[in-house]
Amino acid sequence: MSILVDENTKLLIQGLGRDGSFQASKTLEYGTNVVAAVHPGKEGTKFENKVPYFSSVEKAVQKTEANTGVIFVPAPFAMDAIIEQVDAGINLIVCITEGVPVLDMIKIMSYIENKSVRLIGSNCPGLLTPSTKTKVGIIPGNIVRPGNIGVVSRSGTLTYEAIAQLVQNGFGQSTCVGIGGDPVHGTTFTDVLQMFESDKETEAIVLIGEIGGTREQLAAEYIKKHVTKPVVSYIAGQTAPPGKRMGHAGAIITGKAALASEKNTALSNAGVHVVESPSDIGLRMKEVMR
Amino acid sequence: MVECACLENKYACKGIAGSNPVPSAIIKNFKVSILNIHEYQAKELFEKYNINTPRGYVTDNAEEVESIINKLNGKAVVKAQVHAGGRGKVGGVKLVNTSDEGKIIAKNLLGSNLVTHQTNKSGVPIEKLLIAETLDIKKELYVSILIDGDLAAPVFIASTEGGMDIEEVAETRPEKIFRIKCDPLIGLTPYLARDLSYKLNIPESSIKQSTNLFINLYKLFIENDCSLVEINPLIITNKEEIIALDAKINIEDDSLFRHKDLEKLYDPNQLDPLEERAISSNLAYVKLDGGEVGCMVNGAGLAMATMDITKKAGANPANFLDIGGSADQNGIEEAFKIITDDNEVKIILVNLFAGIARSDVVAKGIVNAAKETKSSLPIVVTMRGTNADEGLELLKNSNLNITTASDLFEAAKILTKILPTLGD
Repeated sequence: MSILVDENTKLLIQGLGRDGSFQASKTLEYGTNVVAAVHPGKEGTKFENKVPYFSSVEKAVQKTEANTGVIFVPAPFAMDAIIEQVDAGINLIVCITEGVPVLDMIKIMSYIENKSVRLIGSNCPGLLTPSTKTKVGIIPGNIVRPGNIGVVSRSGTLTYEAIAQLVQNGFGQSTCVGIGGDPVHGTTFTDVLQMFESDKETEAIVLIGEIGGTREQLAAEYIKKHVTKPVVSYIAGQTAPPGKRMGHAGAIITGKAALASEKNTALSNAGVHVVESPSDIGLRMKEVMR
Repeated sequence: MVECACLENKYACKGIAGSNPVPSAIIKNFKVSILNIHEYQAKELFEKYNINTPRGYVTDNAEEVESIINKLNGKAVVKAQVHAGGRGKVGGVKLVNTSDEGKIIAKNLLGSNLVTHQTNKSGVPIEKLLIAETLDIKKELYVSILIDGDLAAPVFIASTEGGMDIEEVAETRPEKIFRIKCDPLIGLTPYLARDLSYKLNIPESSIKQSTNLFINLYKLFIENDCSLVEINPLIITNKEEIIALDAKINIEDDSLFRHKDLEKLYDPNQLDPLEERAISSNLAYVKLDGGEVGCMVNGAGLAMATMDITKKAGANPANFLDIGGSADQNGIEEAFKIITDDNEVKIILVNLFAGIARSDVVAKGIVNAAKETKSSLPIVVTMRGTNADEGLELLKNSNLNITTASDLFEAAKILTKILPTLGD
């Protein structure tokens, strides 16, 4: 078992420009079941002679029964792509695109509110289940190992760092999920924690947060009440000054609750193993799992 | 009234007063933009949306001030046009009672730098002044709109306590602040705007005016993809007119592709010169005062983590820098130069975990820039992911003062070792 993506995933990739094609290539190379590529004007041809192109998501779903969609289209068209996938009945939509206008994101969130669809992102690295070789997004396939640690993170490359440390300390991952660095995003920490808690394969969880917002506090409240598995956390940005946006649109201190120290306190009070240095994630997991 | 859930959220109302360019204490999670626009530009936009502002003129010439003040009946407010809050407390906003006095003040302000609690220590240049009429104030209110990320909706914030530090009001008298969550697909409906007017105790004769103003302000916010609009104070005059005495608008940069007209309002002179250079090279860079370790990283989270590592090693990061995934060699070279042009930097810490980025390209960029600038600063590098071996090889053969580390842990150890040897 794992969460969200596994051997039943039939992946559709939308937006195969320069970055999308590169990532699609890596996804195939890793061994993920990619069933459809959606890019206007290419219908009738195949991506790398393997994956059929379609001009619309609806057609692709009809022909291939794709159930998971990943989006690489440029930011101005991301909202349209997400809505198209929702309308076509895709269950799990992962939007990698960075820089989607926040007004577009709030419309999307409102549109999907009562529908049975899960959105991850935008502005996220996506997710990956090593045991089934299912890569939906841009997490490099060569750094992960199959195993029993669930990883959930607001960051991209910092997630890779955490994964590398886990591997270095002998831990593989059940599933790695990057939820994204924008203030408005689909799936939250709490959603993923809930899934990891009920996943049999996951024995412990790594949670990587950042300054900004209060989602880590909400995660802490959830952990306190519902999570029985050990959680190791690190919050990036302890040295970030208030009022300055640290790259990610969501990574900004706009009040006391947005501080790393406040988040650490909340997590610590919830029984989470909080590390203050990002180099201690793997080591702490080793101590916890001893 | 639909009051938003953040009223019940115990994290919502704890702000850091005075440390923030936005009404931070009353919101938890929203997007901050790089594109700030000047007050006079914001007021021009207000007028387009039928939001009344005081009569006023913009000038960059102190000689014109006399005639402007005479046009305004000899009495005016002179306001420095800078992208920083807290102007009033440091002499950036002055009431003048004669045109002579106005001219002297204008001469002093124009061409100088204004240092407020929101700027760095060198301040921001005053290149333009807004000279506006003075008005009789009966009542001062506060209104703003921004996107609450956790609610995924625009939130209208208003208070009867206008003209004050709103963060302080949120801290000391939270009951004086009203919030409305607006449905993203419906917007601010007239009844909500009317309800808000009553909550703010606006006199009956002005209710229609204020209701329209709130609706127009919401329209402005949405149509221009703002991340913040703020009026503090919104005044009611003795004649019961409602006028935006101040105006603050931030445009969300991710939306600029559909607002070419607003993009033109970008004023690079208001930014730290190093930050301005980074923006033109598409790098996410934030200068931090008093740091000695220049950081170059790919990814925002990892960049913050690298700053944290630096602090744990007993040093101070000089900057946040995310080179992103698609920076080419030129971008990397410029990133290196921006770091080394910061005179406080004594050592450079490079932390690369290449997914989309390519380590060899980054290495080439560093080597080229270091040679071109003849930089002798020590560089500590961790390089992992795509083409890391090629990258490390390039660095090793460069004859530069480079120490490589296998991971963050080791990088921190090396940093701790080198730092004491660097002196002042």
